[in-house]
Amino acid sequence: MKRTKGIRRLVVVFAALALVAGACGGDDEGGDGDAFRIAIVAPSASNDLAFSQSIVDAITAIQTEMGADAIEIAVSDGLFVEADAAAALRGYAEDGYDLVIGHGSQYGALLSEIAKDFPDIAFAWGTASDTFDLPNVSAYTAAADEGGYVQGVMASMLSASGNIGVVGPVDVGDASLYVNGFVNGATTMGSDVAVNFIGSFSDVTLATEAANAHVANGADVMTGTAQMVVGAVGVADQNNVLWFGTQSNQASLADSIVVSSQVYKWEVVLSGLVDSIKDGTLGGQVLEINLANGGLVIEYNGSYDLPADVRQAADEAVAGIIDGSMSTGT
Amino acid sequence: MTSRTLSSSRLQRLLIPVTAVVGALAVGAIMLLALGANPIEGYWAMLEGAFGSTNALIETALKATPLLLVGVGITIAFRANVINIGGEGQIISGAIFSTGAILLLPDTSGFILVPVVILAGLLGGAVWGAIPGALKAYFGVSEILSTIMLNLVAAQVMNFLLRGPFRDPNANELGAIPQTERLSEGADLPILVGSRLHSGPLIAVVMAVLAYILLWRTTAGYRLRAVGLNPDASRYGGIPVKRSIVLALTFSGALAGLAGALLVFGSESHRFVTDGSAGGFTGSAGFNGIVTALFGALHPLWTIPSSFLFGGLLVGANSLQRAVQVPQALIVALNGLVVIFVVSSDWLRQRLGLAEDAHQAEGDSNSDGDETQP
Amino acid sequence: MSELLTQTAIVATVAAALRLAMPLLLAGLGEMYGQRSGVLNLGVEGVMLLGGFFAYWTALELENAWLGLLVGLIVGLIMGFLNGVISVTLKANQGISGIGVFLFGLGLSDLLFQKIVGTPRLIDPLAKVEIPLLKSIPVIGEAVFTQRSIVYLAFLLVPLSMWILNKTTFGLNIRAVGENPAAADSLGVSVARTRYMTLMIGGLLAGGAGAGIVLTTGTFQQNFTAGRGFIAIALVYFGAWRPIGVMLGALLFGFVEALVTQLKTLELIPVSSQDLANMAPALITVLALVVVSQRFKPPAALTRPFSRGG
Repeated sequence: MKRTKGIRRLVVVFAALALVAGACGGDDEGGDGDAFRIAIVAPSASNDLAFSQSIVDAITAIQTEMGADAIEIAVSDGLFVEADAAAALRGYAEDGYDLVIGHGSQYGALLSEIAKDFPDIAFAWGTASDTFDLPNVSAYTAAADEGGYVQGVMASMLSASGNIGVVGPVDVGDASLYVNGFVNGATTMGSDVAVNFIGSFSDVTLATEAANAHVANGADVMTGTAQMVVGAVGVADQNNVLWFGTQSNQASLADSIVVSSQVYKWEVVLSGLVDSIKDGTLGGQVLEINLANGGLVIEYNGSYDLPADVRQAADEAVAGIIDGSMSTGT
Repeated sequence: MTSRTLSSSRLQRLLIPVTAVVGALAVGAIMLLALGANPIEGYWAMLEGAFGSTNALIETALKATPLLLVGVGITIAFRANVINIGGEGQIISGAIFSTGAILLLPDTSGFILVPVVILAGLLGGAVWGAIPGALKAYFGVSEILSTIMLNLVAAQVMNFLLRGPFRDPNANELGAIPQTERLSEGADLPILVGSRLHSGPLIAVVMAVLAYILLWRTTAGYRLRAVGLNPDASRYGGIPVKRSIVLALTFSGALAGLAGALLVFGSESHRFVTDGSAGGFTGSAGFNGIVTALFGALHPLWTIPSSFLFGGLLVGANSLQRAVQVPQALIVALNGLVVIFVVSSDWLRQRLGLAEDAHQAEGDSNSDGDETQP
Repeated sequence: MSELLTQTAIVATVAAALRLAMPLLLAGLGEMYGQRSGVLNLGVEGVMLLGGFFAYWTALELENAWLGLLVGLIVGLIMGFLNGVISVTLKANQGISGIGVFLFGLGLSDLLFQKIVGTPRLIDPLAKVEIPLLKSIPVIGEAVFTQRSIVYLAFLLVPLSMWILNKTTFGLNIRAVGENPAAADSLGVSVARTRYMTLMIGGLLAGGAGAGIVLTTGTFQQNFTAGRGFIAIALVYFGAWRPIGVMLGALLFGFVEALVTQLKTLELIPVSSQDLANMAPALITVLALVVVSQRFKPPAALTRPFSRGG
């Protein structure tokens, strides 16, 4: 009994401190007048040159466009543990943020519960297309296979050996879409594509070795997705193998060998969402970025001299996908 | 010893790890300042986020649940002088077994399936603990080696199952994320308070009490402790040492497995979901549980408040991150600092001549009548 | 399957196996020294991460991979010293303090990277060194003798460590302190000093391992070690605390990883089975030990802090 008294005393002290903090600390949030406050919850690092960075970049772009005083941004990254992400989503909702974004397909089930508790807060999540029939939830997704297909076509035309290598993390979600589109594009043009999902989002060593194996096998063009792929780009750079990037513009990594990157411009659909939230419609939208609406853009690397016929084939593929005459095969 | 000295030494023994936490937070404050954040605002937010409202307390209790279960399991293993760093894998294994069981059984409602969840979780973890135990006892393979390896294996098995056999059949084929469907409502853990405090914490506390009973009130527990204190004497005394080692890891694993099952069936989404890594599902509970056990001086009952406080630290740290917008990485580093400081503070404890080595601490059924009576 | 037996494939696999083994070997040898003297250090991964970050940053700013390696080694040395303070002087529970170092290293390296470097950038890795004559040996010559220098260094540490442990006084002290610290103490060997030294060697090599990964992949990434520090620890047990054993463990693990990678490239492992294939290194390592089934005894004093007189 005496032992627990000590503990109890301490917990009481802590709780008292906290309650005092709660009473005094209070309302210094939401002080910035009319700023529209956006909170982002993401599963990986916000500077990963991949998935999570794409949403932070997009919201930052919206802020640049609308003015730094008009948009306030908060980010909680690295939250792949469900309970932590849930706490963050709730926390931001409780703090009265205007738009709470859960940037990860695994957050969907959480959002469907949390959004019900906060009907006055707008939520958005991706990559997905389910709004759970909740009026305050929007969903967004990327047709990553589209750009994948186009880049696959280019890769095949640029490959002298006919041998192409892909380095991926785990065969899920966005990565899976991109890789499938790419493989279809390349094989339609007659190339042989070897795919290696290394089983991790962070193991740079394995990603590097996967690239090494592809190169040893004769691959002269490669692509990959997710943050650990930087190692593979390094291998490409050292071996003069061409690289196609996705999610973010990867030309900055290796200027001489990156041909193009499929860049995600979420802001294309999200700024419209911000506007409609301001107008009072909190959710219910299913948004997609793709080649047609400019949310997905193939950004060519100016430093790489792309042959004209390859560029033309790519443009034709893009046009074909946009008008529906071409399918990515997925 | 008078009763007054007893209680003050108890309190002192508790204050030391708390002081250590404060020390770690002080270093953390320096890091916060370096990042341009206000430590006072941050730590206030931390306290609030951990204990400052009913919601906060609920979050803390939920966060503490796997810590408590793993911690109690670690305690059992440590008492038999076995180091169990396979918590991560055992948590996953328990989650897999319980999810598999529920997916096989028909859909129902009304808590009927909850006992299945608990039993399957215990079983899954027990298996994942028994394997290293048996490998050690019968093949001499170090449990450190096999638990580390099995952690890796468990993560890949989880990925495989969630992308294939366990995957949500209602989801799109392509681009699907590794998660199950919404699992049967009959397996939802009953809610105790409000809309989110489920019975997980209660189950964990019950397990802690059962562990205490096991260790100090049963023959098996006596043997475990004896083997831990002196394997040679125990063997001489006729205690089957090998079997005790297997048992220790099995019990330890079982509790971790239960934590995994509760993580799935107590989650908001009621699905088993992962991002592809081990830590993505467990939240490093396998490692943080070890720390919790130490905070609790390797005693199952002390681990209860220890898990609550450590859980509060973790929950509060996330509130800190949101309030002052520092990178999540700082929180991870802070977690590490707290562990280092608390572990190192043991020295202070010994210096002040308080608790002896944890192995000989409370539990010995002699003079201090206080210790063995809850 | 015949694609696997081509010269290109074999060379690629063997070369990759050595590259993959290198960090495991370095970190494993480092851990071995510490464990041989009776200290269990579970924080290897944290030291690798920190050493790796500082190596990367140095190489990035100063455009010199060797300087990066040096810095990585120094950072590791410092961490090893801190480990000494925690485990030897403060006598903290060794199973747990390491976890703290791991988490701290993980968080701090990530934080520093985000704040100081920002976006990933590639650096020039350590140069490959081709050994004349030897590299002309058919098949294995190309695979084994055209590696980057750090790979050679890692393997050279094996006979060096054997010599240190078995033929020097220092090595004798290490072993004595690990088996019976009280006896060693009574013979005038400073248990604390010996352990500090082994922990510092351990830190040095772990920092080197992290630097090695960063300076051969040419990049830094949050949590780039992806569990390899823990694997290295496991390999110390696999190798029965002997340098040759650790080397064999590192080679086995690296070889299985390289083989799986090669099979995926040759499209012999379909995407649907790749998760299971990814388990192979871990499973095979455990199986290997079960099959060998030798019972080696760990250093008797492993994990027990030493206090004179008690």
